[in-house]
Amino acid sequence: MGRINKKKKATPEISTASLPDIIFILLFFFMVTTVMRKNDLLLEANTPQATELTKIKYKQATAYIFIGSPKKEHQDKYGSKPRIQLDDAIRPKESVQKFIKEKYALVPTNLKGQFIVSLRVDKDATMGIVSDVKQELRQADALKINYSTKIRIDQ
Amino acid sequence: MARGKRESKEINASSMADIAFLLLIFFLVTTTIDQDKGILHGLPPWTDVPPPDVKLKERNVLEILVNSANQLLVEGEYMDVSGLKDLTMKHISNNKRLPNFSDSPKDAIISLKNDRGTSYDIYIQIQNELKSAYSELRNDETDKVSKGEFLTYSELKDCADVMNEHKRQKKCKEWKGIVKTAIPMKISEAEPENIGGQ
Repeated sequence: MGRINKKKKATPEISTASLPDIIFILLFFFMVTTVMRKNDLLLEANTPQATELTKIKYKQATAYIFIGSPKKEHQDKYGSKPRIQLDDAIRPKESVQKFIKEKYALVPTNLKGQFIVSLRVDKDATMGIVSDVKQELRQADALKINYSTKIRIDQ
Repeated sequence: MARGKRESKEINASSMADIAFLLLIFFLVTTTIDQDKGILHGLPPWTDVPPPDVKLKERNVLEILVNSANQLLVEGEYMDVSGLKDLTMKHISNNKRLPNFSDSPKDAIISLKNDRGTSYDIYIQIQNELKSAYSELRNDETDKVSKGEFLTYSELKDCADVMNEHKRQKKCKEWKGIVKTAIPMKISEAEPENIGGQ
């Protein structure tokens, strides 16, 4: 019988040469999925939770309206009652129609039929201001709306 | 001068991982996976003249009132939001069984009226319950119409979507039409009143 060579084997070091590649793949993933926030929110828009959700498919065909109480640092300027924010400024409800028409004009032609207005309303807001906005939207003929909500997982 | 061939030095790439790490951490921190989800809702077209009053059979209308203290009154009785789904489903799929609920799903109407002071949160909860009642009934109908091929209405809707170019699109469209006419979603919202103030 041959003798087994019992030399102590040194544990080979794990090669870290592929580490940069792995990190790069992760990096690209996050770079692609990152959406830089477009609007600087001047108000609190903490949406309520719900279960029956529909995803908005075409972001280019979506207009966003924010409703909620102004943030603490803006309260001396805008007060503490719920207000409407369009793009990055707080606006009166009368300017909603014009805003919607501008946004609709920017939608690519093949997606005009998919135009949708996403309402991001704070859960502590009251229905009064929401109904006012809804009436304005009806007059602007933007009839598809989406009440933006967070997902609730029921036990 | 000795002009020995210089070996081109390789660039040390060991710091590449660190650079990549820094970038990765930057993007990790700034990423907000934007969730564009919510409750889809259709508004009625604007009319300058108020629409004429239509007489409806009282049994077909499920009346929901919400006051500024977020209390629900359904068909004249105080109720909690959690019980709304079951009641709505009972109302829609009554088919003439009980005298105070609807004749058929086609006739059933939900009438919703809230105050200007009602909180948005409760409004969304109500919409959610109504929607889930309708979607459960539509899912059952979808299963029946497609003979088990589609289990939920949203799957059927995806299949019928023009942009998806599903090969069964034509069939799906037909089925979708059948389900939609069998269980139409009729939710009527009245102009909110200002009783309890803002």
